[in-house]
Amino acid sequence: MASFIQLLVSGLATGAIYALIAVGFTLLWQTSQTINFAQGEFVMLPAFFVLAALNAGAPFWVACLIGIALSIVVLGILFKLVVVDPMLKYGVLPLVISTIALSLFLKESAKDFYSSQAQPFPALVPATDIHFLDAVVSTQSLAVLAVAILTVIALNSLLNKTRLGRQMQATAQNPTLARILGIPVQRMVLYTFLLNAVLVAIASILVSPIYLAKFTNGETLGMAAFIAAIIGGFNQVRGAILGGLILGVLDNLSAAYISSQYRGAFPLIILIAVILLRPQGLLGRIEERTV
Amino acid sequence: MFRSGLLASVIVAGVGVTSPVLAQSTVYIPAILELSGAGAVSGTNFRDGMLLAIDEINAKGGILGRKIDTPLLDTQSDAGISRAQVQKVLDNKPFVILGPVFSGSVLVDMLLTQQAEIPEIVGGEAAAITQKGNPYVFRTSFGQQFSMPKIANYMRDGVKAKTVSVLWVNNDFGKGGRDTFIKEMNARDIKMVADISTESGQADFSADVVKLKGANADAIFVYLNEEESARFLREAKKQGLNKPLIGETTLLGQKVIDLAGEAANGVRGHVGLTVDAPIPAVQEFAANFKKRFNYACDHNGIKGYTAVYFIKHVTEKIGKFDSKAFAEAAHGITISPKDEPGILMEATWDKNGDIDRISFLGEVVNGKQKIVETLPKLGK
Repeated sequence: MASFIQLLVSGLATGAIYALIAVGFTLLWQTSQTINFAQGEFVMLPAFFVLAALNAGAPFWVACLIGIALSIVVLGILFKLVVVDPMLKYGVLPLVISTIALSLFLKESAKDFYSSQAQPFPALVPATDIHFLDAVVSTQSLAVLAVAILTVIALNSLLNKTRLGRQMQATAQNPTLARILGIPVQRMVLYTFLLNAVLVAIASILVSPIYLAKFTNGETLGMAAFIAAIIGGFNQVRGAILGGLILGVLDNLSAAYISSQYRGAFPLIILIAVILLRPQGLLGRIEERTV
Repeated sequence: MFRSGLLASVIVAGVGVTSPVLAQSTVYIPAILELSGAGAVSGTNFRDGMLLAIDEINAKGGILGRKIDTPLLDTQSDAGISRAQVQKVLDNKPFVILGPVFSGSVLVDMLLTQQAEIPEIVGGEAAAITQKGNPYVFRTSFGQQFSMPKIANYMRDGVKAKTVSVLWVNNDFGKGGRDTFIKEMNARDIKMVADISTESGQADFSADVVKLKGANADAIFVYLNEEESARFLREAKKQGLNKPLIGETTLLGQKVIDLAGEAANGVRGHVGLTVDAPIPAVQEFAANFKKRFNYACDHNGIKGYTAVYFIKHVTEKIGKFDSKAFAEAAHGITISPKDEPGILMEATWDKNGDIDRISFLGEVVNGKQKIVETLPKLGK
């Protein structure tokens, strides 16, 4: 029981990070039909922004804010203006290929301009333990989980309880009608890119103490988040959250109780099962778009 | 962190574009290394140690009057790419090949170099490398068949463990180490209570740490590559794993300590090569390395450095650039620092290309590797 609790907490913490990244996938898809295959590299890059700020002498929390700000500019504004806008008019496939090219560019750039070696990254809180029902739960896992949950609550509040959020919802559901109603559709689309940039930056800050900052981190993270988004439902934010959490917990439990050698296969088995039995995802809806 | 000015990479930008004039004044010794991917820490350390030696030797006139020409080729830590890179350089008739470091790549490459009769000085430590009767493969670090008995003795006599868990990386390096370690444990009646494999490049070790805690062994033997070792140590610290963590050089190396931070404190084990060795020549090398590359060298840096001096010494002994004669002369040779200061410690290469020399028991204390005992050469 103690082991199970530890695995569950640790899996939820990892899953919450996957969820943040997966939510970004769904946001971009919903508002601009962008399937961003550079999403993993989008999570890799902010860690290097933070490290650069730390090396320049900034305190950790200031460095994190700088990292988020730079992510908004590079991974939000520049990504939309330089990659998405010019390519979107040619359809989904050219855009997908462009994001694959972008992922390679970001990966190689991080390697060349920073280092090919992994870099240590500070944890949010010191490593101490909390004893609960004979289980030893790490405060770092709890901190990751707490930050991820707060981020999701904040996002949910923005989307559902503010005028801006409702305008974004309307843009996602029917951009033509939204435009007729006077909603600045292009600006709403830009906001989703900015939101995605913030989400990946937060995910980067949460995951890098575990993974270490390395240019190859995006490969694993991007794939995990993509699978999470499909499992949960590519057209639902809450589906992406559920998919991320399922993936994180499943990965840990399967590695501990079934086989650590085949841990990578279990998410794919779930993915195949979902595609066969419920192609719209666990919480997704057929032919519907909302954010 | 952007590192420029790597002399050897500049000497020849593309493979094989050596002009006739340049060819006469240089000796072509390409290096095929893990410069990116999971083995980047190992490969870049090997590279930088190698570059330091090459520049020192070239500054003094080279080997037999010819400067060393060493293009760098990246395996991307992939055995298939490594093989393709070896095939590419073999077309240019190298004298000797340096690298790679990953045992899986070495095991693939060494078939090609054997066919071409070109000696290969590798950084791989898998026992299998030197057990295939290949007369062209040499290494400048211990093979697992040399290091594991020393670790097993330490488990029995130093840690006094009756039960052990093993955590290993599922590649040629890890599998070879795990198999040899278990054999040595069985020979000493130490019971294995958990045998956990992990993947190369694995990022999340939370499930593995939970399993290790559940196994409750007297000690845990950790045999992963450097970055994975650091990630594991961080997770072990995070989850309060309080059993002795014993390993090899890949657990106690400086890069692991840098990455794992205070989570590395208390880790113990056998180190075949370390810049913290109580040997003035090694410490002088470490200082020069740090001054030039601005980071602390690990054991792979020493492998790369001594590999180049090994080539120099053997070549000067045979007096010509003859690859076949080199391989023959290198078997059974003993090189002492008084004859070749760059070799750092007296070393002997046996008939299989394995090295024998002194080694050390170390412990990480306050973020530094501390040598607690020097172990003699096995041949003594």
